[in-house]
Amino acid sequence: MANVLRVDPIACDGYGQCAELLPELIDLDEWGYPIVSGTSLRPELEPAARRAVTMCPRLALTVVDVR
Amino acid sequence: MSSLAQRVGEQGEPAPVLPRLLDGAPGAPVSLAAHLERHGPLPEIARDHGQETLLRELEASGLTGRGGAGFPAATKLRAVARGHAPVVVANGTEGEPASAKDKTLIACNPHLVVDGAVAAAYAVGSREAILAVGRADRRSQARLEHALGERAHLHEPVELRVVAAPDRFVSGEESALVHWLNGGPAKPTTRPPRSFERGVRGRPTLVQNVETLANIALIARRGAAWFRTAGTAAEPGTALVTVRGAVRAPGVAEVELGPPLRDVLHRFGGLTSLPRALLVGGYFGTWIDAREALELPLTEAALGAHGAALGARTIVVLPQDRCGLVETARVARYLAAESAGQCGSCLFGLAAIAAAVQSIATGAADAPHAHERLHRLAAQVAGRGACAHPTGATRFVESALRVFADEAARHLRGRCCTESRRPLLPAPTGGPREWR
Repeated sequence: MANVLRVDPIACDGYGQCAELLPELIDLDEWGYPIVSGTSLRPELEPAARRAVTMCPRLALTVVDVR
Repeated sequence: MSSLAQRVGEQGEPAPVLPRLLDGAPGAPVSLAAHLERHGPLPEIARDHGQETLLRELEASGLTGRGGAGFPAATKLRAVARGHAPVVVANGTEGEPASAKDKTLIACNPHLVVDGAVAAAYAVGSREAILAVGRADRRSQARLEHALGERAHLHEPVELRVVAAPDRFVSGEESALVHWLNGGPAKPTTRPPRSFERGVRGRPTLVQNVETLANIALIARRGAAWFRTAGTAAEPGTALVTVRGAVRAPGVAEVELGPPLRDVLHRFGGLTSLPRALLVGGYFGTWIDAREALELPLTEAALGAHGAALGARTIVVLPQDRCGLVETARVARYLAAESAGQCGSCLFGLAAIAAAVQSIATGAADAPHAHERLHRLAAQVAGRGACAHPTGATRFVESALRVFADEAARHLRGRCCTESRRPLLPAPTGGPREWR
């Protein structure tokens, strides 16, 4: 079991808050849309990831469980 | 009518009789009477565990989707069959401007397509099948409507209707088509849920390309072993292929997978001249240098080794007097305009990519930087959309830069190989722009 971050590219409007809250895993492209690392979420980053998920104004970011 | 004469294969085995799917002619479709005379009625699968028998037969046949993604048909049918009161959608929208194989199939042999929708409905336990074609494609609408009229007296236990979907490049994408059938714009949606879980009116929905369905109609009658007598062991069956460009008889033909492209092109009258390059797989496809491409077997496996795929089953043979960069730039602009505009990386990324290709194609002042910019853009765009549009468009453009690198250098010095300015790859502009 592993948790990974997913962005819904249709819902995302490029507010960019996620990249500020979680720069370890989220980069912004040149138009300000997040490029999310597909690697599994390390335990120490979970709190920041949950915060980024909660703070997304478009609710476009989620943590999904991939098995 | 094409010849039905039995050919003899290399191993002395009787070669499969072709055509299987492309009976009749676009101007003279196969009537219901002729269709039933050749194939007999569709077996009544709904009875006596026939549903499971057909699913097993489809599994054994190895049939894969003919719409682009190449997903195993039986796996998709099984997923839908698990749900309650599913819906079948026959996808004949064919939004790829360079492709004509689905329109040709419907024009020639509408009953085989309808049979396929009915057989698939039997197999998944559905009582409703929707036949979707493009709105501008009046001929397909008329042929299918006429076919349904001819079949009315058969009293099939599946409700059939024809719908005309918006003519946009992405509107035939599975989730986009379902979105439109549910009253929304014909734009892709976020997955999950996938259509097989929740599709038309929230029901499990089987969206299957019309060529795939036509094959299902034949497998339901003749079985998996018969199906496998054409094609290769790994990629059985036939393929409807559209060929454009430097061949004597451009158009649509049914071919077996396996032989090298050079031989496949014989079915289209052979080459008119030594081509410069081939575009394999349509607008999400890959340019390959002609010398390499002509020797490649037409199989997913062989194409995959060159970073290519059958995709839309469209092959464009680029003659020496046309410029691959000019062609690519025009199509890149078209694909950017056809973005559904939902995903930022697709909306902005494809426009930026199209502009960079345009710089390279015209040898503009910023062309030396455009290459570097294109590679940076491609890395930011590929793989990030809700659908395959940005990824496919990027692959297409990147392959052009590889194959036409020499031309790009010449363009920088103000020269172009183009003698003919007439566009080869269709990129319709000014058509209907609606999404609903």
